[in-house]
Amino acid sequence: MSEAAKHLRQEQGPAPLSVSGLSVAYQKKPVLKGVTFDVNEGELIGVIGPNGAGKSTMMKAALGLIPSIGGEVLVYGRPVKAQRKLIGYVPQRESVDWDFPTNALDVVLMGTYGRLGWFGRPGAKEKAQALECLEKVGMADFADRQISQLSGGQQQRVFLARALAQNAKLYFMDEPFAGVDAATEKAIITLLQELKKQGKTVIVVHHDLATVQQYFDSVLLLNVELQAYGPTAETFTQEKLQRTYGGRLAFLDHSLIQGGSGQSCDRGDRTC
Amino acid sequence: MLNFMAMLADPNMQWIFFGCLLLGLSSGVIGSFSYLRKQSLVGDTLAHAALPGICIAFMLTGVKSIGIFLIGAGIAGVIATFGIGYITRHSRLKQDAALGIVLSVFFGLGIVLLTFIQHGDYGNQSGLDKFLFGQAAAMVGSDVVTMSVICLSLVTICTLFFKQFKLISFDPGFAKGIGYPVALLEQLLMLLIVVAVVVGIQAVGVVLIAALLITPAVSARYWTNRLGVMVALSGLFGALSGALGTWVSSSVTNLPTGPVTVLAATLFFFVSVLFGPQRGLIAKRLVRLRVKKSFLLEKELRAEPMKGETAL
Repeated sequence: MSEAAKHLRQEQGPAPLSVSGLSVAYQKKPVLKGVTFDVNEGELIGVIGPNGAGKSTMMKAALGLIPSIGGEVLVYGRPVKAQRKLIGYVPQRESVDWDFPTNALDVVLMGTYGRLGWFGRPGAKEKAQALECLEKVGMADFADRQISQLSGGQQQRVFLARALAQNAKLYFMDEPFAGVDAATEKAIITLLQELKKQGKTVIVVHHDLATVQQYFDSVLLLNVELQAYGPTAETFTQEKLQRTYGGRLAFLDHSLIQGGSGQSCDRGDRTC
Repeated sequence: MLNFMAMLADPNMQWIFFGCLLLGLSSGVIGSFSYLRKQSLVGDTLAHAALPGICIAFMLTGVKSIGIFLIGAGIAGVIATFGIGYITRHSRLKQDAALGIVLSVFFGLGIVLLTFIQHGDYGNQSGLDKFLFGQAAAMVGSDVVTMSVICLSLVTICTLFFKQFKLISFDPGFAKGIGYPVALLEQLLMLLIVVAVVVGIQAVGVVLIAALLITPAVSARYWTNRLGVMVALSGLFGALSGALGTWVSSSVTNLPTGPVTVLAATLFFFVSVLFGPQRGLIAKRLVRLRVKKSFLLEKELRAEPMKGETAL
């Protein structure tokens, strides 16, 4: 970080998320090693890496959902546990049983639980907020729908609406684009743009390399260790991706990456 | 109906009737949550695990009272829960295998202790073996008072923490994300199951008590898509099962109340499976027929302009 940038940071106050030395191990096997990074306020950040790279694990550990064996996570300068109200979270869609007896509106209302206190019940004000959030993801017509009767994309949008209802400043989204239809993908990206406009910071675990440049301001390349982190244009490069994905880059089309061209085929690169 | 009133006129039967009703209600309510958390069999395991706890409590105190048994069963339940957790975390076994192991070990120990008590010098040990299959007729007024207090607190806790229990049943990760003490709440739910089990053991027995935790909840799920309604319905089905069980067993000589209560709950289950408005077998069949009919009709309409060719 340059002196000027450092100065700017001090003026802006603490970073929305500051992770240092975060490490996680399942049994004896380390799945995340010494991950350190700071995110800038109001950015959309894509977390990219191969399967088993620890993307979801990093997100869960940063949120304090799973125990870490080391490291520190600060949200706006304070420990994550003290800043729950500033954080919105969209878990993977497959992590819950959608046959649960509840409807879309009720799931979105869960986003308001955090500020209701222990014995408060969601009232008319919360319901109006929840409906508004459903509207923002284009799901207002489905408010009363039993959640098992929604398509995968619609379920994902309900989860997003729930996160919106949390009215947070920093959002964590675990693969919101996984297995959704085109309409949902568009709805999600519109929403991300709007959140950005409101000055919110969004960290997204993402799988589709083809859309990375289009969607994110910064990317974080992860494979157990942090491989690279920075503005998309400088970070989402052939060389850095190659390092992150190792030999598993076969599916990566050069045209996806800025600066990559068909010429590289001459080198006999297996990614052609 | 006549003997129903006659049953209620008997003060002794009143206690039993009221006790079974309360028991059905509370196990129905708490059972909803364990069913939705896919932990139906945890209740069964905790019930079997309660037996050695009850035996040891009796051996130490020589007294037969729900309160003391509750402590014994509670401790046994906590050890069993810990055992299940330890096995699933530290071995390659899945939860079903862990439940099976813990259930059989505790139940085996319970039977050994039970036999030991019966052949030992423990004074008033008669009736302890009734905990295997239950004996509602053995309930007395003071038992029912204890049961009422416990059932009332159980239902109150479920009402107060409804929001929390709902969220940890649907999405524990998100619950943790907004700062709920998920592990603590899960332990509270587990404790409530132990309480419901111990309260019910005297009437229904360790072997069948799981049915009262599972069956009303499963039946209720057929009638509604709302958690609040489901929990209430499950409590209602449980209470009705208890009432029906007491009534039938009091009308026919020598029918045991607990097992008849379980059969009554099963009856509600069959009715629900058949007639549930959306998920029931009949409703599903009707929907399929209607879809098929409209599909055929559409096909026919489309085929009509083509002259000379018969539709289908």
